Amino acid sequence: MAKVMSNKLVIALYVLPSLLLIMGIIYIPIVLTGYYGLNQWDGIGKMVFIGLDNYKELVRDNAFWQSALHSLLLALFSGISLIGYLGIALVLSGKIKGANLLRKIYLIPMLLSSVAIAQLWMKIYHPTNGVLNSLLTSLGVDNPPSWLAEPSIVLIALFIPIIWQYAGFYILIYYAALKNIPESLMEAARIDGANPWQIATRIKLPLISEVIKVTVVLSVVGSLKYFDLIYVMTDGGPNGASEVMASYMYHKAFRSFDFGYGSAVGFFLLLICLVATYLIRKATASKDTIQYS
Amino acid sequence: MRTQAAAGYPPIRQRSGVPLLHRTGYGVMYLALIAVAVIQVLPLVWLLIFSLKNNQEVFNMAPFAIPAHPHWSNYENVWVNGNIGQYFLNSVWITAVALVLTVLLASFVTFAVTRMIWKGRSLVLGLFMVGLMIPVHSTLIPLFSMFLKLHLTDNPLSIILSYVAFNLPTTIMILLGFYYALPKEVEEAAIIDGCSVNRMFFKIVLPMTSSVLATTAIINMIYNWNEFIFVNTFISSDKYKTLTVGVQNFIGQYTTDWGAIGATLMISILPILLVFLIMSERIVEGIAAGSVKG
Repeated sequence: MAKVMSNKLVIALYVLPSLLLIMGIIYIPIVLTGYYGLNQWDGIGKMVFIGLDNYKELVRDNAFWQSALHSLLLALFSGISLIGYLGIALVLSGKIKGANLLRKIYLIPMLLSSVAIAQLWMKIYHPTNGVLNSLLTSLGVDNPPSWLAEPSIVLIALFIPIIWQYAGFYILIYYAALKNIPESLMEAARIDGANPWQIATRIKLPLISEVIKVTVVLSVVGSLKYFDLIYVMTDGGPNGASEVMASYMYHKAFRSFDFGYGSAVGFFLLLICLVATYLIRKATASKDTIQYS
Repeated sequence: MRTQAAAGYPPIRQRSGVPLLHRTGYGVMYLALIAVAVIQVLPLVWLLIFSLKNNQEVFNMAPFAIPAHPHWSNYENVWVNGNIGQYFLNSVWITAVALVLTVLLASFVTFAVTRMIWKGRSLVLGLFMVGLMIPVHSTLIPLFSMFLKLHLTDNPLSIILSYVAFNLPTTIMILLGFYYALPKEVEEAAIIDGCSVNRMFFKIVLPMTSSVLATTAIINMIYNWNEFIFVNTFISSDKYKTLTVGVQNFIGQYTTDWGAIGATLMISILPILLVFLIMSERIVEGIAAGSVKG
């Protein structure tokens, strides 16, 4: 038995192709990103080693910090919206008729490609013919804003479709977790005289705290590296007002052909995502022990 | 745990009050849930409606008014004049190839890590799991220059390899629990009967995990079908573009014809909506499994 199951040739055959693949496509590029960041390079010509200059410039680069701030705002916005999703999932997981159908309807936007969603919402936001401003005009608003062209509102106008896209996903995760809690626990609490609010906050939420933690990490890290919708809808504009870290990296590398600097931004993005994951896990882990003690 | 004051009420009053409150509360909550559902689908309904209008109707009629004579010709027009058919076909085969490769390779790795006996298996598993946290964008520049050197840019292989590598961690993560739960007796019996490891894997283990394989396949399908940044960066010629990037470029030529844009978008989202209609139960289950275990 042990002899058959420790056949070195079979193990190598089963593991090596995948291992080589993630080495080549994920790990070596990650190391290279850090290294390219130490060079002046246009992507085609010769690389010139310049040490930490790109990283030093990055620290002083206002446009980069502006994009980092936008990514952070998106993370904050997504984090707060999790509370709403949790509320919806709590209600949905109660004895609601058609809960199954509703959560499927919620999920539909998440299945669509970001390009389709972006193009659709660009039409919704269209200054003169979009459904939003047609509605506002018919309600008597004289000069409705041109949503994606005004620096002061473009970010919030982008956040809304992102929330729309992912709402069903988080509601689904919370719903699945809540449905896993054995009914007998709630029954016992009800007999003890607990009201629905108490059952939700003292039994249901602590029991799904692991899942909540995972969703916080997913939404924060997902926001920090968010790219698709913003790239298609505004391409970071107007005038950088909606630039995020990933789009800034993309523009530096593939538009300005500053691959060295773009790589420095990419490496920074990686560090921020890893640090954010670590911090959130750490912060939520300590809270957990308090809840259960 | 009602308050002391409430506990002092005569039981009858309490019983008659609570259900009424419950019913209103239930009604309000139900309306809120339905409102959210409406918000989730209303933009798509509007998309369907304007895909059937010409520009004059889009701009002059009420947004949700359906034209008396729907312009189905919009669909015919974009299907015939654009490359949609080609993009569609590319999406189908690239999604399928990457999906099959990912699920098969992930099954190999998970089997070797959970059922076979060797040093370093936890280290290898760790390498795959750390991959879950790496943002795709941080690898984009080196990947682009690597593929350029290997003459793999503008080649479907570049995106297929990228899809497989970045989907392996999630897929392995979902498979892990199932592989740990497989009964050892099955393997023992197979080995006593003189079965080789390969035979055991293909004839016994893979069929036993078919339900979770379907789940992982769905996650892979959704990811591959909608992927944007790799195709946008690595692929430049029309004959290899997938639906997401192809549609984006196609719409660029039709900036002013709303009916054509609507029809293009509808064509690009219909397949996935259709799959969802048929397999919604599995898809819902798959998405939940793919995320929670992270």
